[in-house]
Amino acid sequence: MFYREAGDFKLSYVEDSQTFPIRFDRYRYYAVLAVAFGVIPFIINDYWANAILLPFLIYAIASIGLNILVGYCGQVSLGTGGFMAVGAYACYKLMTAFPEVSMFIHVLLAGGITALVCVLFGLPSLRIKGFYLAVATLAAQFFLVWLFNRVPWFYNYSASGQINAPEREVFGILITGPNAPAWATYLFCLIFLTFCALVARNLTRGTQGRTWMAIRDMDIAAEIIGVNPLKAKMTAFAVSGFFVGIAGALFFSVYLGAVEVGEAFGINKSFLVLFMVIIGGLGSIFGSFAGAAFLVLLPVVLKVVGVDMLGWPTDIVAHFQLVIVGALIVTFLILEPHGLAQLWRVTKEKLRLWPFPH
Amino acid sequence: MKLTLTSLALSAVMAASPALADLVFPDLSYRTGPYAAGGIPFSDGYNDYFTLVNERDGGIGGIKARVIECETGYNTEKGVECYESTKGEGALVYQPLSTGITYQLIPKVTADGIPLHTMGYGRTSAANGKVFSNVFNYPANYWDGASGVVNYLLEENGGDLKGKTISLLYHNSAYGKEPIRTLENLAAKHGFELKLLPVDHPGQEQKSQWLQIRRDRPDYVVMWGWGVMNQVAIQEAANVRYPMENFIGVWWSGAEHDVMPAGAKADGYKAVTFHNVGRDFPVFDDVQKYVVDKGLAAGAGDQIGNVLYNRGFYAAMLAVEAARKAQEIHGTAQIDAAMMRDGMEALEITEERMTELGMPRFGPSFSVSCENHGGPGLVGVTQWDADTQTWSMISGFNPTDREVIDALIAEDSAAYAAENNIEDRCN
Repeated sequence: MFYREAGDFKLSYVEDSQTFPIRFDRYRYYAVLAVAFGVIPFIINDYWANAILLPFLIYAIASIGLNILVGYCGQVSLGTGGFMAVGAYACYKLMTAFPEVSMFIHVLLAGGITALVCVLFGLPSLRIKGFYLAVATLAAQFFLVWLFNRVPWFYNYSASGQINAPEREVFGILITGPNAPAWATYLFCLIFLTFCALVARNLTRGTQGRTWMAIRDMDIAAEIIGVNPLKAKMTAFAVSGFFVGIAGALFFSVYLGAVEVGEAFGINKSFLVLFMVIIGGLGSIFGSFAGAAFLVLLPVVLKVVGVDMLGWPTDIVAHFQLVIVGALIVTFLILEPHGLAQLWRVTKEKLRLWPFPH
Repeated sequence: MKLTLTSLALSAVMAASPALADLVFPDLSYRTGPYAAGGIPFSDGYNDYFTLVNERDGGIGGIKARVIECETGYNTEKGVECYESTKGEGALVYQPLSTGITYQLIPKVTADGIPLHTMGYGRTSAANGKVFSNVFNYPANYWDGASGVVNYLLEENGGDLKGKTISLLYHNSAYGKEPIRTLENLAAKHGFELKLLPVDHPGQEQKSQWLQIRRDRPDYVVMWGWGVMNQVAIQEAANVRYPMENFIGVWWSGAEHDVMPAGAKADGYKAVTFHNVGRDFPVFDDVQKYVVDKGLAAGAGDQIGNVLYNRGFYAAMLAVEAARKAQEIHGTAQIDAAMMRDGMEALEITEERMTELGMPRFGPSFSVSCENHGGPGLVGVTQWDADTQTWSMISGFNPTDREVIDALIAEDSAAYAAENNIEDRCN
């Protein structure tokens, strides 16, 4: 009933190949954008921005980036935390070296630098595959964290080795630092997320995405039909690194404001983003959003229910969080191995036929 | 425009709405994760003191204190969530017990006008009240700790450390790196050689560091550790038969749970401290009577008298005294965060007051001023006795090398002020 194509006529090729061909889907997408850009900035407060929306937006960017690499191109990476650190430190160095330049440019440049680093660490993927590649990227994770801890130039020789985001603005509005208004930081991240999601969606629908998927599904067959594995894999690493770098830069400059590399960008971060991608759904842009939302919101919801509503001791709730999140992940993967995105797809199929399933 | 006004009005209502009933003291604790062993006793002590004040005295100036506990797991992201979710409740002072979270909160609390008390941790140069208006780290900071260790070693060696080697075994994080610069300056001043041995988070893997210590045989090993790193280090020291009396930890590396796993071999291990240890204070009888016997003790209630329990207890005592001072200055019992800040800035702890509270010689006597948020930095030394399983003070609270520390504080805080365009206060 809701998702029917009947009566939704396409009169040109452009209309036929648009991102959301079904009218209801398209309107829902516009509605989400309208609420995100037009409503939330007016009602947002510090708590919602800093505790829920900023981490969600930033992790969504990171999981889109990782999803391109793992979900679309089939190259397993455990180096996401390290690559996010590259984005963060690149952004920090740029912010402190060129204070008058707009944050938009700094974040994009940080993404670009991360893309280069990511390609460098992606080179071994031409020779090694699967688990072995995972180990190689794991080496990148540990090396990068060690590097940022070891070389004082990266943290401007500060006594503690921490990096702190100074106040920087975009068009005269503060984006980083403690005095930045909640709506500004939210909108700043939202613009990047929208941009990344649009780019990713269109890349994966076109030639580029098809070559990635060909490599993922069977690299030898892909090579025989004329896909250049070097180009396909390196572009996947570059695009993925670009997005992950943007996420790292935003994570440091807008969300946390001060970062210690081992703590913020450790191996846990790599796994967290990988879980988001797996739970959300490999090879799906929507899945990246769903996975990020799931893993950002669930702990907060459990905390609010356990501590604020039921009044349980905080340590019990924290332990329960681990148990519940773990159990949910296992259950999900058993019942729906293709993640939340597949759940959404099935729901759409059902809704199409509803209320007459036969 | 209309929407902006509505949202402004809405946020104004939200900001004004917290009920002006209790004095709120958030406790950003960590009872889970790799550092829980240190987080639990501290949080228990912090909570118990407020419970004691509520039960025995009927609150602070007649108003009950309310502690909101929020679990951070020593994780900065959760710390941000905790800060944002509790600040709207009318929080008076934050004590996150984590250097990482402290670095995040310093700009935030300054923007929100809430004081932050980082007792013996956090950013050392916050002792300069001219730059850091809302951050306090009295009665002592990391650099006092480093200087306290060196002073103690000087005393042991008849005032001369020339030609000696000291190895610093440190947690490779902001926390562990803090003392390096001070120790380097002190090494230049006193002519000893400093060797750096970083240990990565969480600190379970220290074989190579101790191999190096075994090879180099430094005269002294100083440790800047936290959590599981402490236990492993002391165990490893015992394994390589490093003499324990030459092994000195900072105050975060000197609690019962750090030395217990090594058993009798940990006997003689030392740590510096800025407050007294043990159960031998009249106030703990009150805790037994008003808190434990009534079943109100925080956590499992088995930590009373432990080093870190005492530290949390002491932190809460200083917060309550600052709140009292704030009530006195502003002539109202219902203080807010800005008034609390004034109270902390005017805080004076005397021996008489501590005796009155049933805590004689619990900490040094000190006073805070607009310029000096760090107190005098008096540091004592404690030693572990494995037979009786007790820590005991083996020195009084002695002054540290102000000349070296003050210069470093001035330098580091000036850099922060320049980076963030802060003008000097207190003129």
